[in-house]
Amino acid sequence: MAETRQFCTFYLDELLFGVDLRSVQEVIRVQHLMRVPLAPKAVTGLINLRGQIVTAMDLRQRLKLKAQDAAALPANVVVRSGDGPISLSVDRIGDVVEAEENNFEYPPETVPVSLRKVIVGVYKLDRQLMHVLDIDRACQIGDVAEAGMDAQ
Amino acid sequence: MDDTDIIREFLIESTENLARLDHEIVKLEQTPKDAQLLDGIFRTIHTIKGTGGMLCFSAVEGIAHVAETLLSQLRSGERQFTSELASLILTSVDAIKAELTSIEATGKETGDSHEGLRARLKLAAESSKDPASPPPRIDNEKPRARVQAAEPRPTAQTASLEDSTIRVDVVLLDRLMNLVGELVLARNQILQFNTNSEGSALHASSQHLDLITTELQEGVMKTRMQPIGVVWNKLPRVVRDLAASSGKSIRLVMDGNDTELDKTIIEAIRDPLTHMVRNCCDHGIETPAVRARAGKPEQGTISLRAYHEGGQVNIEISDDGAGIDAQRLKEKAKQKGVLRTDYADHMSDREMLDLIFLPGFSTAEKVTNISGRGVGMDVVKTNIEKIGGTVDLTSRPGEGTLFKIKIPLTLAIIPGLVVMSGGERFVIPQVSLLELIGLEGDSGRKQIESVDGTPVYRRRGKLLPLVYLNRVLRLSDTTEQPDSVSIVVLQAEHRQFGLVVDGISDTQEIVVKPLGKQLKGLSCYAGACIMGDGKVALILDVLGMAQRANVIHEAGAHHRAAKAQESVAAGAQRQPFLLFAGPDESRMAVPLSRVARLEELRASQIENAGAQWVAQYRGQILPLINLETALDERRRQRRHLRTDVTDPSSSGLFLVVVCNHEGHQVGLVVEKILDIVEDLAEPKYPASRTGVQCSAVISGKVTELLDIPAVLRVAKVRFSGPNTPAAAPVEVTH
Repeated sequence: MAETRQFCTFYLDELLFGVDLRSVQEVIRVQHLMRVPLAPKAVTGLINLRGQIVTAMDLRQRLKLKAQDAAALPANVVVRSGDGPISLSVDRIGDVVEAEENNFEYPPETVPVSLRKVIVGVYKLDRQLMHVLDIDRACQIGDVAEAGMDAQ
Repeated sequence: MDDTDIIREFLIESTENLARLDHEIVKLEQTPKDAQLLDGIFRTIHTIKGTGGMLCFSAVEGIAHVAETLLSQLRSGERQFTSELASLILTSVDAIKAELTSIEATGKETGDSHEGLRARLKLAAESSKDPASPPPRIDNEKPRARVQAAEPRPTAQTASLEDSTIRVDVVLLDRLMNLVGELVLARNQILQFNTNSEGSALHASSQHLDLITTELQEGVMKTRMQPIGVVWNKLPRVVRDLAASSGKSIRLVMDGNDTELDKTIIEAIRDPLTHMVRNCCDHGIETPAVRARAGKPEQGTISLRAYHEGGQVNIEISDDGAGIDAQRLKEKAKQKGVLRTDYADHMSDREMLDLIFLPGFSTAEKVTNISGRGVGMDVVKTNIEKIGGTVDLTSRPGEGTLFKIKIPLTLAIIPGLVVMSGGERFVIPQVSLLELIGLEGDSGRKQIESVDGTPVYRRRGKLLPLVYLNRVLRLSDTTEQPDSVSIVVLQAEHRQFGLVVDGISDTQEIVVKPLGKQLKGLSCYAGACIMGDGKVALILDVLGMAQRANVIHEAGAHHRAAKAQESVAAGAQRQPFLLFAGPDESRMAVPLSRVARLEELRASQIENAGAQWVAQYRGQILPLINLETALDERRRQRRHLRTDVTDPSSSGLFLVVVCNHEGHQVGLVVEKILDIVEDLAEPKYPASRTGVQCSAVISGKVTELLDIPAVLRVAKVRFSGPNTPAAAPVEVTH
């Protein structure tokens, strides 16, 4: 029986991403997001998660995808990063996927650079590619100059 | 308890005891006759030897054993305590510490046999004893009996300590602190509901809850408090070693050892404090020869002081050494290209001294392995600021230096003021709050002036720079001009400024939560908190705000002040002044350089030309000014009624100080000439009335400096005739 791992999946602009289920704290719909003036663009604000203040990030900004209409508050995946929980806003939540280890591959050349920086690799699923998110790299704000330029 | 627990206990206890030893051994060196101190040191080494042996740590046991032999010789008086002995025992303590560290990390000793150390210890123990010591006892039992008799005492003493204290894991205390934090949040929420239900049972219960929560909060915070002595304890040794290696004589005075701080603060300041004391030893205190030449006692003194004040802990580190040369710092900074020349010229002494906190900065001529590598002071400042503290520095070249550190007492739960700006809510820590100012309507808005492009508000005579919160944070500007302007006067380090906000709400107790690393770099925020309604609010970092908005203005303000000073009688140079008594016995002065002559005129020489007094003087008409009328508003208005020349001085003569002014001469009628003195006359207070330039301290007394042009304007003096050549200034002969 092949080794498998479970992933929580979500969509960003029709790209499928997966995060190891063990690194996911919960999935929420954000009630109140407090904007942080002068914060880097990728940081959308702070939320109150049962008494804990959690930083909310917009992966679209991080991945330099085109900005989405802020019509409805998107779904958020709260992941456990190296320095505590981070709430990642995503387009929509997918299913829990069980992927086989031998379908794992390092990111192929076809994957754009901005995406390659934040993923560990990809899994070949039935009909699509699941990009495995590197949580710590995705939650980094890049170098100071970049952050400065991004400041709202 | 299994083996690992026993070993852990041994490590914790021994490390604690050894930490005290550093301090105690140095103290013993200064007071070798202190039997109690010696006993304490002996007991510690003895205990370590015993437990170390029981746990089969042979290196620990071995070193402790020989050290113990030496100590028992000291106790019995067979040997005198010398510096060499002190150094040897301190080295043994170091060796044991190294072994303990190894045991903690790997569970085993280092494997080092410590041959050299043991040999030296043995040699010292067997070397010829002090001839003045008592002859070896015939009865060998006695010394040992003395040692054994000491045993029951320690247990009796430690027993009483054991009863009243208990050792608690710091991790558990942290958890308790967090829980209390959550409780405070919940209490805040309940208090919110409380406001709607006055007089009900809920109200009474929530009041009770409030009281209990506050007490619990205080109690838990106390559990984490430790005396600062815990950090200071090892400093006497550090000073001793540095003094010895650099050939200097230094003593360390500590005041306030039992000032208590939260454990996290203690950990954070441990290294900065050590570094600063090292700096004092290395750069501050001079060699005995240099000190003697300067007329100072050969032994330098470093003083440590700690005390609570105003909700903060103050720690002062001062030395009576060479001080820091601010000018030299400035030159070094310019050399390194860190400082712009035009900025540098307008810097205050204080700003120049602050240069020492720049990274990579060291004016030390010689980099030793102790300090001077230029990585120290900026790290010190950053570490202290990280825990919300400030560090300030004053110095007098040749006299010494003083570092003052201020740290807030509690980190986690603080009172804060809630303000609104740009439609958002922010919290300002109350500890930085000085005052709240509300300006209403149009007249209020008019009180905000602009100096050099900076909005300022005149607060009790002093200009307060203003910072608009919505502009600093680039929030949406409120569309219409608000009817009232709210200014929150804040203090950051030694700078005061006013933060302009849209509105001020109330003061709340908030639980400070740190920001994630993505936001940590934003200097204007100190953290975030959860408000009573469950929403998140940002806590402003007052110092960060000040730095973001104000740094440039400091130099600007000084530039202006410097200009103002220049216009007052040659600024900071000593010059001669003529002191005289003005109206109502007021003490006044004019620069002697303006004085042409002193005259005594009889009433008959004085005539009335229209509304002005004049005198015929050396072929010219000399306008006379009666200072009484020129300086006193009320009397001035009655002046036109005066037709006679009245008020002569008691001798029937008028004392006139003839002054030069723009090619003309004018006579000031004064009550009495007091003196001619040389002084710096630094302006101390602004002018209190027209005709006076300012008040300065001359010859130790507050003196008003006369503003001659202003007096002339007030008296409406008109000069007739061609310019009289200004007479040569009075020569002062001593």
